[in-house]
Amino acid sequence: MSEREKLLEVKHLKKYFPVKGGMLQRTVGHVKAVDDVSFEVYKGETLGIVGESGSGKSTLGRTVLRLLDPTEGEIVFEGMDLATLKNRKLRPYRKDMQMVFQDPFASLNPRMSVGEIIEEPMIVQKMLNKKQRMEKVVDLLGKVGLPAEARSKYPHEFSGGQRQRIGIARALTMNPKFVIGDEPVSALDVSVQSQVLNLMEDLQEEFHLTYLFIAHDLSVVKHISDRVGVMYLGRLAEIGPKNKIYDNPLHPYTQALLSAVPVPDVERKREKIHLKGELPSPANPPAGCSFHTRCPEAHERCRLERPELIHQGEGQYVACHLYTTEK
Amino acid sequence: MQEQKLREQREKKFQDQQLLEVEGLKTYFYMEGGRVAKAVDGVDFTIKKGETLALVGESGSGKSITSLSIMRLIQSPPGKIVEGSIKLDGKDLLKLSDKEMRKVRGNDIGMIFQEPMTSLNPVFTIGNQISETLIKHKKMSKKEANRRAVDLLKLVGFPRAEQIVNEYPHQLSGGMRQRVMIAIAMSCDPKLLIADEPTTALDVTIQAQILDLMVEMKEKFESSILLITHDLGVVAEVADRVIVMYGGQIVEEASVYELFTNTKHPYTVGLLNSIPKLEGELERLESIPGTVPPAHRFPKGCRFAPRCKHAMEKCHESNPDLLETAPYHKVRCYLFEE
Repeated sequence: MSEREKLLEVKHLKKYFPVKGGMLQRTVGHVKAVDDVSFEVYKGETLGIVGESGSGKSTLGRTVLRLLDPTEGEIVFEGMDLATLKNRKLRPYRKDMQMVFQDPFASLNPRMSVGEIIEEPMIVQKMLNKKQRMEKVVDLLGKVGLPAEARSKYPHEFSGGQRQRIGIARALTMNPKFVIGDEPVSALDVSVQSQVLNLMEDLQEEFHLTYLFIAHDLSVVKHISDRVGVMYLGRLAEIGPKNKIYDNPLHPYTQALLSAVPVPDVERKREKIHLKGELPSPANPPAGCSFHTRCPEAHERCRLERPELIHQGEGQYVACHLYTTEK
Repeated sequence: MQEQKLREQREKKFQDQQLLEVEGLKTYFYMEGGRVAKAVDGVDFTIKKGETLALVGESGSGKSITSLSIMRLIQSPPGKIVEGSIKLDGKDLLKLSDKEMRKVRGNDIGMIFQEPMTSLNPVFTIGNQISETLIKHKKMSKKEANRRAVDLLKLVGFPRAEQIVNEYPHQLSGGMRQRVMIAIAMSCDPKLLIADEPTTALDVTIQAQILDLMVEMKEKFESSILLITHDLGVVAEVADRVIVMYGGQIVEEASVYELFTNTKHPYTVGLLNSIPKLEGELERLESIPGTVPPAHRFPKGCRFAPRCKHAMEKCHESNPDLLETAPYHKVRCYLFEE
């Protein structure tokens, strides 16, 4: 594990949103969207992050990119801590980190032509001259499988899948090293979804990209990732190599999540683990292990003490008292 | 021997008891500039009593318009049911007056939609919205209806139903709202439950709870379900029979087991192969090139032909018919015609 080169290291990252209340709109509490998350991303790999809505996975992606300012913690990208850098100092690093968003309808400006959308980041970063920029636009359109004529059209003339290709082309203009995909295929139909997933894999190979792939769909994440992290209420419940997580999940939440996915296979009926109740509010998470209110294996200690991520061998880490020995 | 005969008899009886018969349904939308979108273009199917039928397709396949046509909720203009008949228990819904149709909705047909937030009224309490249906359709008194609302909420799994009746939709989570929708849909003991993407907006752990609840309710109330979904995993889990739609038409129809184990139509095959698998390892996903054609510009010939890797010359010239190529397995494809 250690021979591999780390591209990104996130240490004890926290992102709290204040909850305002009362007549004076004072801060009365915090939503702990991301609450002490640490992980590494190695060069050339895809780290998948799965979780249900409210787990904090999108906030995590946005905070790592510094689209949101972290409350606490470090974001070390190629040895440099980005967490506290100010705008101007941060700008050179922005080139290296790009994002592909979920909604291909909301993330492209309807008044800009596709050529302008893809060209804009180059203008902001003062790259190339006008002619070179146009060449680059055409080149990128080709890479994502769109014809050169697309550059003079507007987003509404394209289907969802094509728009997502445009979003990917825009993310690649800066030759980034690291791309975060926040639910990049969840708004697409399955036949189109597989086209975009295949495209992302091809581009990763061609441009030596490193991905952080955030999604709620466990099958999609399994397909594209090398390692997978499972989030619950702002914290990582489990993280490790894909095959360990899917074939030998240790955390009861991961086990329940995997068992709940409907599988298009009629010959194998799997045993389902039923979770009681719903996700508690992240503004008021349960004490101790935040999963204990729904956990089929919860015991006394889970209500009192918060488990830390502990290495279980072969790169698999789990935050659960079932795997720790009492001190 | 005798046992087998009895079973055959029972099966025959089951087959005779059709609840819903849709024949030659065509729903068109008349758009600006004289264009006509043939959203549903000649659809026939039946649902038996106690059966769960899944209608599968991607966006633009016409699956939702089919279900809205059955409930006669097509906005007109621009939409219109131009042809066909929809018989529920032998009664043609398309021949009913608007007033008679309102009695059918809610009473004989219950509905659940995808977005539980927008299908509940934010300014009325949960109890109010459940009892409204009961007062209207079952002529219950307010008091009776309120009591029944609490019972229904208990039935769909709310432990503190007495409090929930006084709460408002915004106080509930997505999964809880969908439970309320199911309670409303089941309140008048409908013969048919139409569920349009009932779990698409929900997380997987909640989705599993809601799917189980739907099956449990179906059995308790002895109703049939028409499930509209794009998720083949959900289909494999709950459906008895499956219809795959593409370009406003049925392209394949079979029992759930047959469809997944003996898939025939190239579109269904492509759809199944483009889903990432939870078990096993796949290097590369198969994908279907191109996108679903818009309903006002269907290709001549087979509507899937431009995206089909098996397309032959005649596929581009004429549209194949939906034929029964094996017992209870229908396919619309020249590959399977004699």
